[in-house]
Amino acid sequence: MIEARGLVQTFHTGQGKNKKEVHAVKGVDLDVAEGEVVGFLGPNGAGKTTTLRMLVTLLKPTAGTARVAGYDVATQPVQVRRSIGYCSQVGSTFSGAYARDEVVDHGMLYGMSRKDAVAKGQELFEKFQLDGLWKRMNKNMSGGQKRRLDIVMGLIHSPSLVFLDEPTTGLDPQARANLWEHISGLRDNEGATVFLTTHYLDEADALADRIVIIDRGEIVASDTADNLKANVSGDLVSLELSSDEQVSIARDKLASISDDVHVDGRSVSGRVARAGKAVPGLLRDLDASGVGLEGIEVIRPTLDDVFLTLTGRSLRDADEADAPETDSPEGGAM
Amino acid sequence: MTTYLRECSVVFRRQIRMNLRNPAWVLIGIMQPVLYLLLFGPLLKPLVAQFDTGTTNAYTFLVPGLLVQLGMFGAFFAGFSLIGEWREGVIEAERVTPASRSALLVGRLWRDLLQLLVQATILVGLGYAIGMRGSVGGVALGVLITLLVGGACAAASNALAMATKDENVMAPVVNVVMMPILLLSGILLPMTLGAAWLQHISDFMPFRYIVDAARDAFTGDLGSSDVAWGTAWAVAIFALAMWWGASVFRKENA
Repeated sequence: MIEARGLVQTFHTGQGKNKKEVHAVKGVDLDVAEGEVVGFLGPNGAGKTTTLRMLVTLLKPTAGTARVAGYDVATQPVQVRRSIGYCSQVGSTFSGAYARDEVVDHGMLYGMSRKDAVAKGQELFEKFQLDGLWKRMNKNMSGGQKRRLDIVMGLIHSPSLVFLDEPTTGLDPQARANLWEHISGLRDNEGATVFLTTHYLDEADALADRIVIIDRGEIVASDTADNLKANVSGDLVSLELSSDEQVSIARDKLASISDDVHVDGRSVSGRVARAGKAVPGLLRDLDASGVGLEGIEVIRPTLDDVFLTLTGRSLRDADEADAPETDSPEGGAM
Repeated sequence: MTTYLRECSVVFRRQIRMNLRNPAWVLIGIMQPVLYLLLFGPLLKPLVAQFDTGTTNAYTFLVPGLLVQLGMFGAFFAGFSLIGEWREGVIEAERVTPASRSALLVGRLWRDLLQLLVQATILVGLGYAIGMRGSVGGVALGVLITLLVGGACAAASNALAMATKDENVMAPVVNVVMMPILLLSGILLPMTLGAAWLQHISDFMPFRYIVDAARDAFTGDLGSSDVAWGTAWAVAIFALAMWWGASVFRKENA
């Protein structure tokens, strides 16, 4: 559904002597198969939105090529637009308009008849638990309802591929959890391929079949969340020993399944790929060697650990250090 | 073509629906020219005979100028509402549909022109009511010229809004552009009253010819060279602004 090769976006900021060239996206390669839900993860300013804007034809790539739903974004933008749905991070409806009018007009811009747009809109309102809000003005909706309305707008023409740009930003935990359920249902109920950008680790973890991590305009990893955690970071296995004499034996045993063993007093810890499979064998070895344990802890890594391993900095730190997502020439929009 | 017109009409209907929710704005927009007509018009009565503009009726002289002013000022603020829509993501949502991007502009211009037509009709009706004289054909041509000017200013305003996306930038730019046009076009008083140097400067102001054309049309002198030149300028400015607006709307990263 998406095939991008060497996508580049360069723009200029400032005037005169202060003019600066900014490389927002530096040669991104991307493949998304039909039916996949892909999470595009990275801190603010990493190049997520800029990449997405090139894929949805809102921004012309400086270099590189991309085919979306089988069409070239540079030479067949209208066909691309006809095939995709898009929900931007700022929303898509006017606060002073009625929900039904926005949805129906949007459908008609896709060439739908008024009758079809009304029928499809009402069907989607029901699916997305917006019943009773058809005739409500958008400014009188909650944040969660507005985001669901944005998704309905993006689905009104039954696209085969849906782009969601930071869909849950600004929502409270309950509204986020509710929206996750609906996003999860997009593939199952609507048959759509989903490409969503996010800087929330838990969101990417919960929603995506595969996670693509972008940092400073470059893709640094692409795999399932489990594989990323297992292969890039690994589980943290921590052993608490009953006596100082057994520390060296335990360290050697753990070193047989981990390249990264640390000793701190009677604590021995190390990163282990897929600890669930490796730890039973380790326990048997330790027992056979007469090593007594006071405790054992296995900590599953988070995507933040993965990001830290890949980039040398925490995703949360990167978020705070970098500028807000104004990484596109148009400040993240239009 | 049918698809294009359909897309324009979807955008137009959406815009007009929003306007109808706030009809007060149409009336607020016409307040300035109406106040000029009612409060400035009477001051011209003893003076208008000296203007040598083909009429001794103060309102026949003033209304065409006020129409052009209405076309310029009213339409030049169209971009402000576009920035509001852009900020809420509406423009971006429209731009990812397969609809022609110039249709997104033209549909909005239809709204601006309809609003201007309503305001112009009110102004002309009021003018007739307080003593203006003018043939139906001449007045219709004057209104048509007004619509061309208004369409041009609305297209330019929307293009400027898309380029700046900031009301704080738009407002001073609109002021800087509008003030010289207002002062050098002879909208309220004919430029022939001014010193020679002022007249020479105003010779370079296309809107002066447009105002003159509207005045000649109102006085029934439809075959005058002023009407031809003014109409030609109005068409040229309209075409130029439309080209600018459409090219800004078509830009991939606009």
